[in-house]
Amino acid sequence: MAGYAVEIDDVTVRFRSKKRDVTALTDVTMRVEPGEFVSIVGPSGCGKSTLLKLSSGLLPASTGDVRLFGEPVNGPRKDIGYVFQKAALLEWRSARKNILLQAEMRKMPAKEAAARADELIEMTGLSGFEDALPHELSGGMQQRVALCRALLHRPPVLLMDEPFGALDALTREQMNVELRRIWQETGTTVLLVTHSIAEAVYLSDQVVMISARPGTVAGVVDVNLPVERDYGPTMAEPEFAKATRHIRDHLGAAAAAE
Amino acid sequence: MVTHTQSARAGQRERAGEASGVAERSRPGLGQRLGGFLERSWRPFALLAALFVAWWGVTAAELVEPYLVPSPGDTFDAIAQRPEYFWEHTWTTTYETVLGFVIAIAVGVVAAVAMVQSSTLEKTLYPLLLFAQVIPKIAIAPLFVVWLGFGLGPKILVAVLMAFFPVVISMVTGLKSVDPEMLQLSSTMGAKSGQTFWKIRFPASLPHLFSGLKVAATMAVTGAVVGEFVGANAGLGFVILQANGNLDTPVLFAGLLIMSLLGVLLFVIVEWLEQLLLPWHASRRDEGASTTI
Ligand SMILES: Nc1ncnc2c1ncn2[C@@H]1O[C@H](COP(=O)(O)OP(=O)(O)O)[C@@H](O)[C@H]1O
Ligand SMILES: [Mg+2]
Repeated sequence: MAGYAVEIDDVTVRFRSKKRDVTALTDVTMRVEPGEFVSIVGPSGCGKSTLLKLSSGLLPASTGDVRLFGEPVNGPRKDIGYVFQKAALLEWRSARKNILLQAEMRKMPAKEAAARADELIEMTGLSGFEDALPHELSGGMQQRVALCRALLHRPPVLLMDEPFGALDALTREQMNVELRRIWQETGTTVLLVTHSIAEAVYLSDQVVMISARPGTVAGVVDVNLPVERDYGPTMAEPEFAKATRHIRDHLGAAAAAE
Repeated sequence: MVTHTQSARAGQRERAGEASGVAERSRPGLGQRLGGFLERSWRPFALLAALFVAWWGVTAAELVEPYLVPSPGDTFDAIAQRPEYFWEHTWTTTYETVLGFVIAIAVGVVAAVAMVQSSTLEKTLYPLLLFAQVIPKIAIAPLFVVWLGFGLGPKILVAVLMAFFPVVISMVTGLKSVDPEMLQLSSTMGAKSGQTFWKIRFPASLPHLFSGLKVAATMAVTGAVVGEFVGANAGLGFVILQANGNLDTPVLFAGLLIMSLLGVLLFVIVEWLEQLLLPWHASRRDEGASTTI
């Protein structure tokens, strides 16, 4: 039964407030294999962030089941890493200390944590900036720190909510290439929410399309690109064009039908 | 030349950074920081000096009667003639003020933390706090004298009452100002609520707390003096009241001057502590890094 990294089974999420009820997601079912890279795309407000919060246990499902590695999710899970659109760094801590927050909260052995932090700093090209405070770092650098923090404890699942949404186009491409490499090196399962169809296709094994409110899975696109993906050549592949067009048509049609 | 306002980070790691175009500079020492602080705050001192000159000018030109506004010279003479007298009463007021301020901080911070933890407590305490704040202190101070006598008690109590409110309000705001995503991250890290408090909530609240402390510092001085007005045989409030009765304006002015200096000094100390403890905060960064020339 523990075959899937993430299982979402017929889930509905309703937000109830004094003024109104919002159904953010209905009848959502999806499965992610361990080690898979899955992107989630869809219009604003369709429930993408809700889907990630659901997977991490930050939000309960109104109905349906969520499982991580076969285990039902009820309450925040520790075996995940989370990256938000805002880097959400503690402004009084240096880059390195921000990364190590993860270790401190988990009470990881200090030596092991320090070694892992060094490894990640090296991997994400943060060397030389370990002692900088967040306000001294560029947006891309800050997001790298957030990524290191999310990976410190080697989580089997990494959840990313529009992590590169606030970056300029060039930095974003660079981060895409790095994320792809880091994913290959770490072998972690990734769920990435993004607004960029190109980003989704370049990075993923699978792209899940969510329709507008109430959000539900409108389709899944398998990306049949080779494992080694050099940025430029991949963009030029016919398969890349096919996948992006398919997604664009689908999301466009969903928007037109509203 | 490297300009001295450059915000510098710790480390003697010139070599590591050079490859990536980052060279670290050593952290400025205490003396350097104090120097920087003085350099940034010379303007208010200049304004004070100007006011002083104006005061001197008005009295020297005899624009007002000396028994209404004494000259700076007469005022300082008043202090010079009886230094122990002024020292003793200044010390009393300082003691009341500082003790009141410290108690207000302790009680205020604890109350704020409790209120943020429990919304029931918040709803219960808030009206009470507001009531304690709006009631005129000068009106209830006599009651404190009846209760606690003529000693330090009522003065400290009034100082606490006046300083307490800004501390609570700023601390509550600070504790609530934490990015909700940061708190969600913290729960995915399996953090206990104590860990989240000490590593995230509390440090994040400090910039707000300090802006409240600056208001509270000046309030504490006022509180102590108000307490003395109502019934005392010591303190600057007592000095002023006595001088008023004797129509001794130089002593009255001397008392006012020392009292103001006390308030300013306390404020400056708080500001300096803020500088020392929160160099990372946006309002405290020395205009960020400046480019080198
Ligand atoms: N805490 C909440 N309370 C009430 N409504 C919410 C809450 N979080 C999200 N929603 C609503 O649920 C819907 C989906 O939100 P979200 O998952 O953030 O969308 P997306 O990330 O796709 O833009 C939106 O209509 C939003 O207004
Ligand atoms: Mg979102």
